[in-house]
Amino acid sequence: MAALGHTCLLLALAVCAYGIGASLYGARRGRPELCESGRRSVYALAGILTVAFAVLEVAFLRNDFTFNTVADTSSRTTPALYRAAAVWSSQEGSLLLWAWLLSLWSSLALFLVRRRMREVAAYATAVLLGLAGFFVTLMLIYATPFATTHPAPAEGAGLDPLLRFPTMVIHPPVLYSGYTLCTIPLAFGVGALLARRVDADWIRTTRRFAFAAWLLLGTGILLGARWSYSVLGWGGYWGWDAVENASLMPWLTGTALLHSLMIQEKRGMLKVWNMSLVLATGTLAIMGTFLVRSGILSSIHAFGGATLGVPFVALIGVLVTGSVYLVVSRAKLLRSEHRLEALLSRESIFLANNLVLVGLCFVIFWGTYFPLISEALSGREQSVGPPWFDRYTVPLALALVLLSGIGPVIAWRRATLANARRNFTAPVLLALATLAALLAVGAQRKPLALAMFACAAFVVGSIAQEFFRGTRARRAIARERVPIALLALVRRNRRRYGGYVVHVGMAVLFVGVAASSSFQHAAELALFPGQSTRVGGYTIRYVRPTATITPRQDAAHTGSTLSLGAVLDVSKRGRHVATLRPSEGYYDSGEAAQGTVGHLIGGQAVSHISMSAGLTRDVWTAIAPNISSSPLRRIVTAGNRTLPPDQALVAIAYLARSYLSKPAAAQFHFIVSPLVMWIWIGGVIVFGGGLIAIWPAPSTVRRAERARSPARAAGELAQA
Amino acid sequence: MNPSRKRAVRLTVALSAAAVLASALIYTSFSAASPALSPSQLARQAQPGRSYQLTGTVVAGSVRRAGGVLDFGVKDRAGGTTIPVSYTGTVPDPFREGREIIVTVQDQGGRFVGERDSLITKCPSKYQTAPAGEKQNY
Repeated sequence: MAALGHTCLLLALAVCAYGIGASLYGARRGRPELCESGRRSVYALAGILTVAFAVLEVAFLRNDFTFNTVADTSSRTTPALYRAAAVWSSQEGSLLLWAWLLSLWSSLALFLVRRRMREVAAYATAVLLGLAGFFVTLMLIYATPFATTHPAPAEGAGLDPLLRFPTMVIHPPVLYSGYTLCTIPLAFGVGALLARRVDADWIRTTRRFAFAAWLLLGTGILLGARWSYSVLGWGGYWGWDAVENASLMPWLTGTALLHSLMIQEKRGMLKVWNMSLVLATGTLAIMGTFLVRSGILSSIHAFGGATLGVPFVALIGVLVTGSVYLVVSRAKLLRSEHRLEALLSRESIFLANNLVLVGLCFVIFWGTYFPLISEALSGREQSVGPPWFDRYTVPLALALVLLSGIGPVIAWRRATLANARRNFTAPVLLALATLAALLAVGAQRKPLALAMFACAAFVVGSIAQEFFRGTRARRAIARERVPIALLALVRRNRRRYGGYVVHVGMAVLFVGVAASSSFQHAAELALFPGQSTRVGGYTIRYVRPTATITPRQDAAHTGSTLSLGAVLDVSKRGRHVATLRPSEGYYDSGEAAQGTVGHLIGGQAVSHISMSAGLTRDVWTAIAPNISSSPLRRIVTAGNRTLPPDQALVAIAYLARSYLSKPAAAQFHFIVSPLVMWIWIGGVIVFGGGLIAIWPAPSTVRRAERARSPARAAGELAQA
Repeated sequence: MNPSRKRAVRLTVALSAAAVLASALIYTSFSAASPALSPSQLARQAQPGRSYQLTGTVVAGSVRRAGGVLDFGVKDRAGGTTIPVSYTGTVPDPFREGREIIVTVQDQGGRFVGERDSLITKCPSKYQTAPAGEKQNY
């Protein structure tokens, strides 16, 4: 099986090399059959990498420990769902996933343009195959997923317990889909510049992919935040970690691009800016992939033993240099057709929105790479922490939310005072009413959060007004009922109204972020059973300890050997609110040196947090039992000395009983956060709005069908 | 004002604003940054009251928890100097002896106190099997 996988990689590299050559030669010499052959080689690449990925997936599901990567990141005690997901938990497996997804998305993009933009598509094919070839080469030289060891070890090391969480099963494929989709507009942008065809066609073609990249990247980021909140045991969802930042940067430039593309479509402006954003977004996506694998920055998410820095730096160097050269050398072709007429216009607001987004990206880029920048400038490696990021990102985020409320309602070209009064009176009044209501309940001690709530109310007001006016106009024309008119309104202009829904979702998300970060209550303390504490108006009582020893059948189904925890009673003003059961799972290390008993719980320890989540607040709890206390340690030591491997679980059972009968103080972490739920609800609204916007409009489908029919008829006639 | 002059003024204002913001960004990043040091560098350079980002490996047998305070030693990856750290705050799940960590510390008269919630443990897993030495021994 490993030989088949390795052969697939070699074949994939050969196909990439052929496809690049055929596409470039075909485009330069005007040979459409070669361009066509180059495009088909992308399909072939997708097929080959699908086989390679299937080989690795089967190896994981069958516990084939002859594969080094399977032995390193999976085990028989890893539940089947997580064994399947363990493929992308290793450096080499994740590279294969990247290349595979790239080949699939590239195939889809090139299939959709198979009858158009032949020259641009040929160059784009070469770029996409070049990127795929780069990743395949990495797998052949630096990190092969198909390396084997004979004889195979009897058991693998297991998937890291931190990754045994449903969100982590889909987070990497979604995030990688976002990253790889970012390269499609990049490839077509380069193709358009090389072919000197920088008209609106390539933008129309790749806009949907840019949107899909934005949507999936955003979803992946949010899934990662959810994992961090629910699993990592610190109760936060964003830590300004280098790898988190790396995924946020292309998302920010992608957001800017989606807005400024509208100006290019409507007014023929910002062509250089848009092309630069396309190239920057693709390059930042590659940089995000590089950051995890290079080991150049400290991050909790970085791959251990990262060694791929040099090849990635070379690739990024080529991308940046090539992008700058192409944009500068084609500057005349990218000249704007119109100029900005007034500062109070939709174009100006979109431009301001772009500047804020790019500014945010620059701030995050600077902060993320500051350790390298400071070392280069001062010779000393220094880093900046979350307060530094917050200092800049909070005001910029406020400006962004405000602009997202102004943009949809301000007029194109030039807004008049009458227009402004007509469009802004209701949203401004709603924002002021929100402000007054919050001041009345004493929220003035957090002015930035207060400003965010007011801005969010403004956005919701302006979007609601747009929906109201659109529906009213539709009812007046078609005499439909309100729900029908609303649906028809959205169906007829999915991009516009889907975009509005996205704006509302982002405003809701920011309300959740502002509230949960500004008005959070937290406590960390040790409690004995029977003791209680008060956090944010809630009384939390440690009722009793819990312990389970159910290998492969533990409560969280993550494969832990032993789980120690607590039952907590949460009440408010004497009324019961929730019963929570946080625990900590202990996993088999597989290390014989730790003893027959010790290795069963000597691996990673992972918090299984427990929370009562609601629309107004989350009560979040985590426990760190003192498993290293002397009595428990003595049980393990005695078990190691006396028990054979097949009876080692007896000692674990005794340890669990001892923990229950003579419980020591356990360390708890309690957090009461308001409105966290709205972050996830906002994310779902954004996703829903994104789907509405990306879905082909019925008229477009019909137009495409109509366009196809005569062509098909003509083809059939010609054949006859 | 004619349109081209107007554009020039706008461009000048925009560039000036960008230059001011960039200067603020550069200034604050250098003034707010904590030097990232290894234990041996910290032992040589530490100044009382200043914050440092300490990067190293948790010394085997050094982890003690007393109440809410976690005491542990941090040494260079290659061994050598050990810095004792007293830390309060959230302890990430992967924290344990032998693991590589990053923590912001302040020199308080020869005693290094970790800044609350600043402890980061490099996740070894994501993606590499932890070497035997990094696992907890009983």
